[in-house]
Amino acid sequence: MNSRWAALAAAGFLQTAGPPRWQAAVEIPRVEVAEYHRPYVALWLEKPDGTFVANLAVWYDIRPKKGQGEDGSTWLKDLRSWWRKSGRELALPADGISGPTRAPGRHTAPVSPGALPPGEYVLVAEAARELGGREVLRAPLRWDGRQIEGGRAQGKTELGVVEISVMKDK
Amino acid sequence: MTFTQKFTLFLAAAALFPLSPLWAHRMWILPSSTVLSGSEAWITVDAAVSNTLFVFEHRPLRLEGLSILGPGGSRPAPQNLHTGQFRSSFDLKLNTPGTYRISLADSSVMASWKENGEVKRWRGSPDQMAAHVPAGAPELQITRMSSRVETYVTLGKPSREALAPAGAGLEIIPVTHPTDLAAGEEAVFALLMEGKPAAGIELTAVQGAGRHVDKPFEQKFSSGPDGRVRLSFPAPGYYWLQAAAGDAAPGRGGSRATCVLVLEVLPQ
Repeated sequence: MNSRWAALAAAGFLQTAGPPRWQAAVEIPRVEVAEYHRPYVALWLEKPDGTFVANLAVWYDIRPKKGQGEDGSTWLKDLRSWWRKSGRELALPADGISGPTRAPGRHTAPVSPGALPPGEYVLVAEAARELGGREVLRAPLRWDGRQIEGGRAQGKTELGVVEISVMKDK
Repeated sequence: MTFTQKFTLFLAAAALFPLSPLWAHRMWILPSSTVLSGSEAWITVDAAVSNTLFVFEHRPLRLEGLSILGPGGSRPAPQNLHTGQFRSSFDLKLNTPGTYRISLADSSVMASWKENGEVKRWRGSPDQMAAHVPAGAPELQITRMSSRVETYVTLGKPSREALAPAGAGLEIIPVTHPTDLAAGEEAVFALLMEGKPAAGIELTAVQGAGRHVDKPFEQKFSSGPDGRVRLSFPAPGYYWLQAAAGDAAPGRGGSRATCVLVLEVLPQ
């Protein structure tokens, strides 16, 4: 896309209600184990070369569990890729990103990548579960300023389908 | 030279260079974690000498030369120090976000000379030598040895103050931050001798694969004209880097410096 197009597209957003909202959908598989803990999950965007772009969500034990003085931030390092790319730089909980852990099932969340210039990106999802495993999914996508092409991946162990789409106007 | 003579010479040399990579086992310190999150965290650290990395099977590494440099130049104190049959260990509480450097440094002098036709030997710290070794004694040979064994741990956001060179002996200073190492990515290290870039120094990298891997990754590198070594770790895990420099040899004295750096490499 040429830069004039991009400028026009960006201007279009400014005239309406800011950048379009995206919606992330994350499927957390049901795991049959005696002791189940909900996974910590992080969602973020990278450039195809691995450069970090923006956080979309991080779900962890955002409040101390009963009888424990500390929240779950001690274990955020187990989201190893995310912690290295971005987590360690953040003051947590972070507005619009942090949320509590989710139960098995499909969850959707509005995410705000900001005014992202059109281009190639990679949606990354990382999940880490206590007494369980860790899984990282990468879903390349193309963002033309209005639509997302791609941005969907199927996990094998700790994640089901992960996808990102532009929220439809109501 | 008969076999017995050769063997005696070998034993003498082995006694003379107990820390030299020529004969020595590998020295290491291993932190329980290198990357931590939360507002504070504990780690525990083991220190040992062994062939298989990182398995306790030979001797503990003594903790006399232990020093810890924390963020902002702090000097947090190790706790629960213990030395057992195979390993030493201690705990460390990280109270401040940033990177901590854990070092075990040692320097010693070995001297031998003739006195009334008899061979005399002495080993001790460099500042004690003048009191024990007669200067200008016949056949005086002096071997100076320095060793440094280090690792880094980070709570929260990494910082770089603790990576500053100590400026003494041989050092492996991470240029790529030690908390940023990932499998398959290039990492850069600077080899320094007395604080200055040291070219042409050999560095060996070995994967800490335990005793259940037939052939752990092991590779030798040589520092370039700028004293730097670039390498890429093939798989996640703990790694042992050792650099050695010096001209010490059995029977003629000299100096020998070694530096070990233990690193954790993360998965992508």
